[in-house]
Amino acid sequence: MSKSTGFDWLSILLFLLLVAFGWVNIYSASLNDAAQGFFDLSQTYGRQGLFIVLSIVLIIFILSIEAKFYERFSSVIYLASLLSLLGLFVFGKTISGATSWYAFGGFSIQPSEFAKAATALALAKYLSDIQTNIKSFKHQLGAFLIIILPALIIVPQPDPGSALVYAAFFFPLYREGLSGGYLLVGLSFISLFVFTLLFGAIWVSVGVVLLALAILFFNRKKKKKYIGRYVAISAVSMLFAFSVNYIFHNVFEQRHRDRFNIVLGKEVDSKGIGYNTNQSEIAIGSGGWTGKGWTQGTQTKGNFVPEQHTDYIFSTVGEEWGFAGTATVVLLFIALLMRLIFLAERQKSKFSRVYGYSVVGILFIHFLVNIGMVIGIFPTVGIPLPFFSYGGSGLWGFTILLFIFIKLDSNRKATYY
Amino acid sequence: MRRLLPFILIVLTGFVFLGRLFYMQIVDESSAILSQNNAIKIEYDYPQRGYIFDRNGELLVSNQPSYDVMAIPREVEPFDTLELSTLLNITPDKLGKRLDKAKIYSPRLPSVIVPQLTKEEYAYFQEKLRKYEGFYIQKRSSRDYQIDYASNVLGYISEANTSEINNNPYYQAGDLIGRQGVEKQYEDILRGTKGVKYIQKDRFNREIGSYKDGIYDTLPVKGKDISLTIDAELQAYGEKLMKNKWGGIVAIEPSSGEILSLVTAPSYDPDLLVGRKRSKNYTKLWYDSISRPLYDRSLQAMYPPGSPFKTMTALIALQENVIDTRERIDCHHGFSYGRSSRMGCHSHVSPLSMSPAIAHSCNAYFGKVYRRIIESYDSPQAGMNAWHDHLASFGLGNFLGNDLPVGQPGRIPDAAYYNKWYPDTRWQATYTLSNGIGQGEVATTPIQLANMTAAIANRGWFYTPHILKEVNGNPIKDKQYTVKNKTTIDAENFEPIIQGMHDVYNYGTAQFLQIPGVEICGKTGTAENYTKIDGKKTQLTDHSIFVAFAPKDNPKIAIAVFVENGYWGSRYGGRIASLMIEKYLKEEITRTDLEDWVMSHSLEEEYAKPYSGEPFKINQ
Repeated sequence: MSKSTGFDWLSILLFLLLVAFGWVNIYSASLNDAAQGFFDLSQTYGRQGLFIVLSIVLIIFILSIEAKFYERFSSVIYLASLLSLLGLFVFGKTISGATSWYAFGGFSIQPSEFAKAATALALAKYLSDIQTNIKSFKHQLGAFLIIILPALIIVPQPDPGSALVYAAFFFPLYREGLSGGYLLVGLSFISLFVFTLLFGAIWVSVGVVLLALAILFFNRKKKKKYIGRYVAISAVSMLFAFSVNYIFHNVFEQRHRDRFNIVLGKEVDSKGIGYNTNQSEIAIGSGGWTGKGWTQGTQTKGNFVPEQHTDYIFSTVGEEWGFAGTATVVLLFIALLMRLIFLAERQKSKFSRVYGYSVVGILFIHFLVNIGMVIGIFPTVGIPLPFFSYGGSGLWGFTILLFIFIKLDSNRKATYY
Repeated sequence: MRRLLPFILIVLTGFVFLGRLFYMQIVDESSAILSQNNAIKIEYDYPQRGYIFDRNGELLVSNQPSYDVMAIPREVEPFDTLELSTLLNITPDKLGKRLDKAKIYSPRLPSVIVPQLTKEEYAYFQEKLRKYEGFYIQKRSSRDYQIDYASNVLGYISEANTSEINNNPYYQAGDLIGRQGVEKQYEDILRGTKGVKYIQKDRFNREIGSYKDGIYDTLPVKGKDISLTIDAELQAYGEKLMKNKWGGIVAIEPSSGEILSLVTAPSYDPDLLVGRKRSKNYTKLWYDSISRPLYDRSLQAMYPPGSPFKTMTALIALQENVIDTRERIDCHHGFSYGRSSRMGCHSHVSPLSMSPAIAHSCNAYFGKVYRRIIESYDSPQAGMNAWHDHLASFGLGNFLGNDLPVGQPGRIPDAAYYNKWYPDTRWQATYTLSNGIGQGEVATTPIQLANMTAAIANRGWFYTPHILKEVNGNPIKDKQYTVKNKTTIDAENFEPIIQGMHDVYNYGTAQFLQIPGVEICGKTGTAENYTKIDGKKTQLTDHSIFVAFAPKDNPKIAIAVFVENGYWGSRYGGRIASLMIEKYLKEEITRTDLEDWVMSHSLEEEYAKPYSGEPFKINQ
């Protein structure tokens, strides 16, 4: 028997606060005349209530399992998860265009929500292996494969939003020693991408050349040694810029182009694709300091914001609770993320630490992309706000993800002995 | 460093989010307004405007339903333009223009496309309304005039303009607001309060019920009925007498300050400014820059008061003790003063004491008395100011404060006025002598003159003239109109002046205008006046002016009549005043020959003279 040091009640408290406040807002967003009581299962908020109750059962189950189980069976869980994703191509049910669901009677399960936790376990297991050296290219490739496999299966469902989440695993990789160069390269490509869309490939090429010349000028002493490298980088950058141009205009579909153009401010469109963002901004903006009061939001009641109980739930918070509400939610998330980093850092086992950072990364990227989208500073990418958005799979996926870590943390002292 | 990066990323994201949210929710207010507009539809229920009665309870103005065709441009779907324009009886081109204008005003807010359909047009259009997405009918209450006169008193209502909408949150585009007369003055009383219904809409613009179960909804409150101080019959009679003449009549009940009639001529039928024809008719009236029917001469025209002003000179002289009632003053067809100035006068017995001087309207008497008043002070400035203050106590030289939205202050000069004219300040009483006989620099409006007459009739006090008598049957309580204004002249000083005014009828300038059985007091006036023709100052036929009150003791009516270019005081002014008083006191006219004379005589030829472009003769 391993010794348990108790659960981190602060994380659990933050989790409960988010789930409870989320339900309160789902109630308001989905309230209609047919509603009968708080636990009417024919209503969206009633079902979410049921999901929450079931997630408590799930938590008790997760916390009562031996902590070693997660490490030992991580590969099995990962493989099962991959299979469940693959199975969608055969048995999947299509909901709003994406074949991401298994239907069980009245309920649907979205396996990609659970695949995140499975991938986190597999990555933690791989990186914590005594033989794995993150500095070696071979092992980098291995880790990369673990991460990219589920994402590759999810993309064609199509659910690019869920696939994007796998970028979150950069967090544990970086923490475990992956070169920051990858991040630099990644960021460079993202900037090149954005600038190309904004200013066109030709101006970006001019900019790249000027930048290279400027750096050369300020590093005159080393210039002979590195001049080839500058030329190569500039050439790659320009090539990338032109290919972005090509891909954007010839490979992307119009709807993808629209999403980028709207966020970059190149197009104003409040009726088509921009409608969601526009309406959600109106709803949030109309909240003021303290909002219009619970269930009193005019935009929420009028269903002006599409998908308001799922991806756009944050706009309900904005309208009905005002800046007080939105700031509270943002601060709750930041508190939870900080707490989890703190917990991850105090782990003695590498497995727990990698897993902890994976949890932080996944929650952070959801938080960043979802709220960023709702408040109009990110392109429209359909991913839920953890613990908050409506949906059983999502809630359970995040609950499992978080509580496995809380279980691992409670067991941190026992692990080495 | 490796531990720091996630930490920094998270904190940075937090700051960016909080900053953006702060901007959206607190700093930027455009969304708050936008949200009000797209999720909540506001429906208005317009109340009936209050009725207007005269002092005897006769209904003057009631309401009729009117139907405005409204459109919300954002919701308008493509439609059969030709059919709709035929239905609404306008050209397709005009319909398109109005819709464009509405879109510019606001795509989300309703605008009036065609105002005030008749019942027939409405009935026909209503059948087809459902075919036109985004159009609807707003029922309002428009005016139904029971009389075809008194338009200057009543005013009219029309759509609120942009600045009114911006300045007063009560009004929306298409709302009707009072203009001119009591409609404007008592807009807040007459208007009532419109009912509001807030309706929650969903994103398909469907109505999904009342917003917050209707806790903000209100029912319309009907406007209050008002009774005016006007005597409708007298008003109608006055307007009839003034036909084909320009000028004003103001009659006041001295004991209350209530305005019995307020006639301006020329005028117009109030019904011209109702319904779809309003704008066309208004333009026509507005562009008549010669006879100016929209200009209320009874309140706005500043004329030299002429001889009736001599009563003031007499009163001030008695109050200042510069003369007594027995002293007689010579007049030799006027008198000479200064080095080479002369004030002319007509033929009458001479010398005269005060009362006969009033009866005969002797210029020399009042010119000399005026000089004594000014010179009884150490400096002409001090004398001038004392004279001005006495007149100011009669409500002359400034706005009276009566409850009608237009007016003029008139002009009673004081020392500062002449100091501006003569910067060396070495001016004398003789410089301003014409003031003493109501010429020179003094100017009054007919209502000021009527009020002056009422103050004389009351022997030294008056109530500020007013047009509102009752609101919903309750007498007004406004202190402005229920507290006496005292003049600076002692009551006993009025008797000789009133006797003189009585003698005007007995043997003076209006002896042929006596009303059988009525003790009447009056004063004629004949005022020189000028206009500019091609930049040249040209004298026109004199104005005919008359003030009167009756009965002499316990007066019931005080009246001032101005007839532009009516030649001399008793010719038009005296006759009209006499008939008006008889009408009011005896309710029937016994002197039908006099009535016929006034009604059959026109001054239109006189008014055409300055515009004829040819030389013309005056005072004939």
